[in-house]
Amino acid sequence: MFSVNTIKYRLKRREVGTQYRTIWQCIHIDLPLLLSILLLMGLGLFILYSASNRDMFVVEQQVMHIGLALLVMFFFAQIPPTTYQRWAPWIYLAGVSLLLAVLIMGHIGKGAQRWLNLGVIRLQPSEVMKLAIPMILAWHYHKIHLPLTAKSIILSAFIIFVPAILTAKQPDLGTAILLVVAGGTTVLLAGLSWWIISALAGMTALTAPLIWYVMHDYQRQRVLTFLNPERDPLGAGYHIIQSKIAIGSGGLFGKGWLNGTQSHLHFLPEHSTDFIFAACGEEFGFIGSLILIAVLMTVVIRGLYITINAQDTFSRLLAGSLTLTFFVSFFVNMGMVTGILPVVGIPLPLISYGGSSMVTLMASFGILMSIQTHRKLLTT
Amino acid sequence: MYKRRTPIKNHIQEIRLVSQRSITALIVMVVLVLLLICRLAYLQLSKHTLYTTLSQKNSLDLIPIEPTRGLIYDRNGVLLAENIPVFSLDVTPYKVVNIPKALAEIAKIIPLTDTDIAQFQKQLKQHRHFDEIPLKMRLTEIEVAKFSENAYHFPGFVIKARLIRHYPFDANLSHVLGYVGRINVEDLDDIDTTNYSATNYIGKLGVEKFYEDELHGTVGYEQVENDASGEPVRVLNQIKPTPGKNLYLTIDSKLQLAAEKALDGQRGAIVVIQPSTGQVLAMVSQPSYDPNLFVAGISSQDFQALQNSPDRPLYNRTLRGLYPLASTVKPFIALEGLETGIATPDYTVFDPGWYQLKTSEHVFHDWQHHGHGTVNLTRAIISSCDTYFYDLASKLGIARIDSILTQFGFGEATGIDLEDELQGVVASPAWKKHAKGIPWYQGDTLISAIGQGYMQATPLQLAHGVATLANRGQRLTPFLLLGDQVPGSSFHKTVPTPLNKVELTDSNDWKIVINAMRGVIESPEGTGHRFGHPPYSVAAKTGTAQVYSFSKRHYEIDENNTGEKNLPEKLRDHSLIIAFAPVENPQIAIAVIVENSKLASSVARQVLDYYLLPEAPNNAMNAEILSKTIAPVKIAIAKIVDKYTEKKHVLG
Repeated sequence: MFSVNTIKYRLKRREVGTQYRTIWQCIHIDLPLLLSILLLMGLGLFILYSASNRDMFVVEQQVMHIGLALLVMFFFAQIPPTTYQRWAPWIYLAGVSLLLAVLIMGHIGKGAQRWLNLGVIRLQPSEVMKLAIPMILAWHYHKIHLPLTAKSIILSAFIIFVPAILTAKQPDLGTAILLVVAGGTTVLLAGLSWWIISALAGMTALTAPLIWYVMHDYQRQRVLTFLNPERDPLGAGYHIIQSKIAIGSGGLFGKGWLNGTQSHLHFLPEHSTDFIFAACGEEFGFIGSLILIAVLMTVVIRGLYITINAQDTFSRLLAGSLTLTFFVSFFVNMGMVTGILPVVGIPLPLISYGGSSMVTLMASFGILMSIQTHRKLLTT
Repeated sequence: MYKRRTPIKNHIQEIRLVSQRSITALIVMVVLVLLLICRLAYLQLSKHTLYTTLSQKNSLDLIPIEPTRGLIYDRNGVLLAENIPVFSLDVTPYKVVNIPKALAEIAKIIPLTDTDIAQFQKQLKQHRHFDEIPLKMRLTEIEVAKFSENAYHFPGFVIKARLIRHYPFDANLSHVLGYVGRINVEDLDDIDTTNYSATNYIGKLGVEKFYEDELHGTVGYEQVENDASGEPVRVLNQIKPTPGKNLYLTIDSKLQLAAEKALDGQRGAIVVIQPSTGQVLAMVSQPSYDPNLFVAGISSQDFQALQNSPDRPLYNRTLRGLYPLASTVKPFIALEGLETGIATPDYTVFDPGWYQLKTSEHVFHDWQHHGHGTVNLTRAIISSCDTYFYDLASKLGIARIDSILTQFGFGEATGIDLEDELQGVVASPAWKKHAKGIPWYQGDTLISAIGQGYMQATPLQLAHGVATLANRGQRLTPFLLLGDQVPGSSFHKTVPTPLNKVELTDSNDWKIVINAMRGVIESPEGTGHRFGHPPYSVAAKTGTAQVYSFSKRHYEIDENNTGEKNLPEKLRDHSLIIAFAPVENPQIAIAVIVENSKLASSVARQVLDYYLLPEAPNNAMNAEILSKTIAPVKIAIAKIVDKYTEKKHVLG
């Protein structure tokens, strides 16, 4: 992508320039973020090898996902934030159209449909929305003046809930929740009044019965099972009971790599995907879980650092929202695996087996890096 | 006043706002992460023990391994009870999509009875879906081959080889060996259920039951790790089962067969004891049954047939058959007469053919109407003179009679290593009062001395009594276990257990009685004429146990009576004989009872001949018996070889 000459040229510029620019900044990579991400991915492969029962095929697939995701990240990092800002409305509209397309096709195909097959790759429009919602909100808030007006808030609600409801209809509750989170964090960062936040919380509590009414049966089961896993120990509660057994039996230091009986003997369901944290807790114990959380938090803190140092409102809101969404996704995953949150299908970011969510996530990290490295450094 | 919002963005305010919100978010996130860590600490540190237990309960399982049951041999190493491989058709339910349909399909290849299917349905409810449940046991070779050919049509169905108890001698030894059967609810009370956790069969009768603990061995274990579907994935640990001990019986299987052959299908019992040790050489109770029927699980039809047969094949006559001692009691009474000095060798009684008590008008007949004339003790035994013993009994009294019989072990279990032995009856005034509720009469004493009335003994007690006579009073508990052997270890021999010796003041008295018993065979007057004259010396005493008495012949014993010919068979008298040989150095003691027949003496002769004259004169019988002892082993080996090659062929 970069010829030796370009690099040499840039290095030269770095020498002659008034500002100190590293080679990483030249290629728009944020090194601390990249290193934490690579560390997480490495740990993830390590855990996945064991959790998948030494299935080298799964590990190779995941390595390919990682490779692709890194390329996507690199690509997204090269695009300056201003370009995202310009394209934000169009990306959002395209995403919503695709969601509608998926829903209609799913309706025709009579079944759950999350994918759009574009021949070469299968595109998941809800993944696109994870980026498009914070982008268009940041774009909107950048144009208007903060703090928010009531009109903007109502508009924001539409922007968030239309794709979220479409996604929930697929049905993909986990991603729908993440879409609301992605939008919601943008609104919160944009300075939504605490009064409104409290009012919304109250309203949510009041509309809970309504939500219950529109939920799919299996989603209701999950909620009921979350409230009391023992009500159905062999059915819906089985996941969470086995997950708690896996984590609890890990103890302080864990059973050791490749020694987890819960995951290896298939007592733990989805041990390579959504419940991989339980496999990790079983084999590496409390200490291992703390290390994993620490690395995840490093990524979050770096994201917040980028947010605070961003140069305009669009960049700040986008970076903040992407960072918080990352946090929420790993927190919700760990919360459900440890039994403090209901079981929703949210994978553990960067660790769980799977390609599409990782690509989206790495694209968001690419955007973060773009925001960090495209800053116009002020001359003194 | 209308205040227009300033068109210039307040950058400083916006930066501050977003930064503040970011810091707030950070604080919230830290709080949430701490909450998560608390949850992890709760699960992994404070509840660790609980979840470890749950995790192990999930995955670890102890699978018991059945120990191999010990084999049973006779004294010469001939196999009497073995474990043979049989093939069964097993089903793993969860691998079968549609069980009723599959059963219907398989029935086209391997015929299934309604019982098979009912049994299977019952087991299906009791087992886990990944357990293998036997559908049909004991497949024939053809069935195995047919199934193997079509096995791919039947996922979830497999042919399994199991070891099953087999008795190569079929009915010949069933009353000694007994049999094993499936453990039932009653058995569970008597066994250590842990040790039997892998065992399906338990000794139900005979040696199999008595030596159950020795034969069974100790259960082994395999600690396995199961996956979530409950299937074992690997063995973590194994404690091998300890196989049961191999037992060697005192039985001489050839002699046993010879004795059965001598009995020639008549109802009766034969017990042969080696006097010097108390070892039981043969123990025959006829008719018998095939114990192999019980191992596989006898059909109620077959069982009813055995149960309701008038010949009572399930009834072990040697241990539980109670017969009057009849004249075989006389040598024992004679010993007491000599011991007390009442019947000295010179003492004589005149026998007119009857005896009458001074106090009563009742006439006690001798078996010989015209009487024996003047008889001393020796002649009284040789010719089985009843009048002599009436006289002796009236002088001895019932207490003395009971005393000598008790000393010889009558009226109590011999203590043989088999269960359910009956004690027999040594009648006394107290016994009669208790059992019948009527007082003892002098006449009861008289008929006791000729072995009639209330006196009853088992064939085993008779054999034990005559063995004691042969030993001149030395009593040894009869036993069946020659020794046992832990496989691969040394042989442990059973030591004979001596019982209270029968002590006589004058040991010459033994000689007098034994010589008289010798006369039973050798004297022209002897009652053992059916025995003939063997080339070895024999001491014997015959007897006839009354089954039915004509009113005219009340209390009358008749050794050569011809008036019985018109009687139905079942009402004819039983014939008895006790004998030992050779007289000077007794090697064998025998008691024979043949029901409703006079043939006890000739049966005993054949058995003694077989034992003491190995070469002559029954060569034909010998060869036949030999073939029977060897043939089953040969057949069993051939079967195994066949199965093995056939299996190979199928696999190939």
